[in-house]
Formats: sequence, structure tokens, C-alpha cells
Amino acid sequence: MQATYPPSASPAGVSPGAAAPAGTRWPLTLAIVAAVLALAWFVTVRQAVLFLIGVGMGGLLAGARFGFTTGWRRLIEARDASGVFAQIILLAVAAAISIPLLSSFPAELSAALGPPSVSLLVGAFVFGITMQIADGCGSGTLYKAGLGIPLNMGVLPLFALGSFLGSVHLHDWLSLGAIAPVSLVRELGSAKALAATFAGLAAVGAAAWLWSRKGGGASRLWNRKLVLAGIGLALLAAANLVVAGQPWGVVYGFGLWAAKLATAAGAFDPGSNAFWGQAGNLRALDQSVFLDVTSITNIGIMAGALWISARRPVEGKPLRAGQWAAVLVAGFLLGYSSRLAFGCNVGAMVSGISTGSLHGWIWVALAFAGSLIGVPLRRRLGV
Amino acid sequence: MRSRISAIAAFWAALIVFFAWDWAHSSPVNHRKEPAIIAIGSGQAPSGGHCSAF
Repeated sequence: MQATYPPSASPAGVSPGAAAPAGTRWPLTLAIVAAVLALAWFVTVRQAVLFLIGVGMGGLLAGARFGFTTGWRRLIEARDASGVFAQIILLAVAAAISIPLLSSFPAELSAALGPPSVSLLVGAFVFGITMQIADGCGSGTLYKAGLGIPLNMGVLPLFALGSFLGSVHLHDWLSLGAIAPVSLVRELGSAKALAATFAGLAAVGAAAWLWSRKGGGASRLWNRKLVLAGIGLALLAAANLVVAGQPWGVVYGFGLWAAKLATAAGAFDPGSNAFWGQAGNLRALDQSVFLDVTSITNIGIMAGALWISARRPVEGKPLRAGQWAAVLVAGFLLGYSSRLAFGCNVGAMVSGISTGSLHGWIWVALAFAGSLIGVPLRRRLGV
Repeated sequence: MRSRISAIAAFWAALIVFFAWDWAHSSPVNHRKEPAIIAIGSGQAPSGGHCSAF
């Protein structure tokens, strides 16, 4: 079984092929415009706006090859901190907008608050390992699938299945030990929460800078394209919060899709499950995925990446059957662990930290520890 | 190149089939309950699902 995947030698984990003529984007542009109009007419105007926000996110992620997974891998393997610095800028800009908004509109906006728990520790650690093997976190899997990379297109359904099963088992994992979510905005107020977030980001940036300097100082800290993409993503994440009333998320939508299929097949009774039996989740199962906030931005991200790929097709190298098996297992675990961890790099890290949730910081520490294992494991597997 | 385009076409075809099935089997959209275009200033509490939910 042969397929292609982006070579790890590429700084951003993908290798663009020859550019296609400019005209190849017109059919996709028309399709995206038609989708926006159809959503506005048949669903809601808000969902059409969120789809456009997702398209922008997908365009930025794919256009700049902005990969959370790749950024961490480059830091670990090559002592190149440029990807991590762009992520820190993203978090700082998103927090600078989101935290004051959350403080000013507490009734209309919600933060990404996950409970510090055994579930979070295990989930984030496993996610950190598997995101390196599957070559993508939540957003990475989405935009690379949108780019047409076979590895990530193959991972996506298993990510969804894992996300669904993780949510089904979530309350069993929570029974192992958890405390209530900690909101820095609520505990400290807006100004102190923002100061604490900036201080944490500065500490992470200093640690990454020191680590990169130990490598001989050859690597650059600032990659203009990644920094600009990071700022753009932060603005779109803030727009997601302003429009939807909730932060950017990825994983819930995946789990919802698999839950709908399992329910329709008679293999799952949501009413008897602690998570899916909740009123909001039962409502999400009953209505179209086009009304779900995370689903609509997920679709938009894939569409935006597809639009980019029309002129910048991705080349890759063959992947053997054993490597495929390892990647697909990792993809399943990626989905399962992301629900245990109350989000992926987007829902837990970007949205958690930028909206003042303690669980976002715990997630980063455990996921990075997992990546320290995942990166050499990926090299050993040859993926 | 042709196999790449075929794989992308198959991927999007599967997604579109899923969305069409879902649209046909879900409750119709109630436009009377359409949420505000922007949450801020709407007076409505957010009610969507999120990855951090438990």
C-alpha cells in the first residue's frame, strides 16, 4: 500500500509542488461564495459568517504552512524556535483581545474552561505523542486534509471516531479525579489575568530562546510569514469568539459527526450517556451539523486549505503499509485523547490560554512532554 | 497528479454525501430562533458545543 505524505525535512512539514495556473482557483472561489450564500439563506447568517472565518483560518494555516505540531518538532529536533515564537505571538494577540472581552461581556461570551484532572494529564500527554506520529494536531489534520495530503485525509475519520469514543468515556475518566475549571479572568480580574498570561508566554518564549541558542545560535527566532499568519489567526480566533460567543474549537465537531453516524446506525444511545445525554448535546445531535459552531469552522478550514492547494499542490513521498497502520492508530488516539484533554492545540491551547483557562497551561506542559517522546518515535517509525 | 486529484475528489465527495445525509435526517432549521449574527450585544448566552465541555 503506497501513498504520499509531506517529508519531515520540510520546515513546515509539507513540500509544495509546482504552482498551478491562477485560473484554477475560480471554480473553488465560486463554490465557496455559493456555500456562504446557501448557509445564509438555508441555515443562518451567523453560520455563514463563521464559515467565512473558517475559510480565512484554513487559508492562513495552509498558505503559511502554520503547523503547531511542526513548530514543536522543529524546536525539539533542530532547535528552531521560529514556529513556537509565532505561536506565542498568536496566543498573546488572541489573549489581548479575548480576555478584556470576556470580562466586559460575561453573559454573552464563554471561555474554554476545562477541568484540571487526571483525564487532562493523560489526554494531553498522549495527544502530544500522537500528534507527532499523525503529523498534525486538530487544526493541522484539518488543513492538511484540505490540502489533499493522503495521510491527513486518512487520519480524519479515525480522529472523528476517537473523538466520539473519548467523549462517550469522558465521565469515567473524570471520576478518576478532577477539580472545577479555573478561570484566571474570574479569579484575578481582566488586567491581572492578562498580565499573568503575558508573563507565562514570556517565560515560555525565554525557555525556547535559551534552548535554540544552545544549538549554536544558527536558527532564527522570527519567521515573518509565520508571525503574520499567527497574528491573522489570532484575529480570526477573536472574531470567532465575538460572533459565536464561544472560543474557536475543532474536536467537538469531529465527535459530533461520528456520534450522529453511530446514533443513526443504532449502535449508540445518546440518552443513556453522561456527555451526549446533556440537553445541549442532544440538541446538537438532532439538528444539522451546519448549525454547529465548531463543525462549520472545521468545514471552512478545509475549504480554505483546498482553495490554497489549487495553486500550490503538495508533493510527498511513499508511505508503506506498516507506516500507514501506525499513523491511523495514532489518528484514532489523537481524537480520543483530545476529548480527554478538553481540546487539542486549538480548543485547549489557543482557546484555553487566550481566554484565561488554567487547563490550557497544563495542556501545553503535558502535550510538549508527550512530543518529546513522539518526535523520536516518529523518526523510528519513518513517518 | 491524477491520483492526487482523485483522492481529493473522493474525500470531498464523501464529506458532501455525509452533509447531504445529515441535512435530510436532521430537524429542519427554525429560522424564528435564528441566533444574532454577533454574540456581543445580543443578550443571548452561548449554547454551542465546545471541546472544553464535559
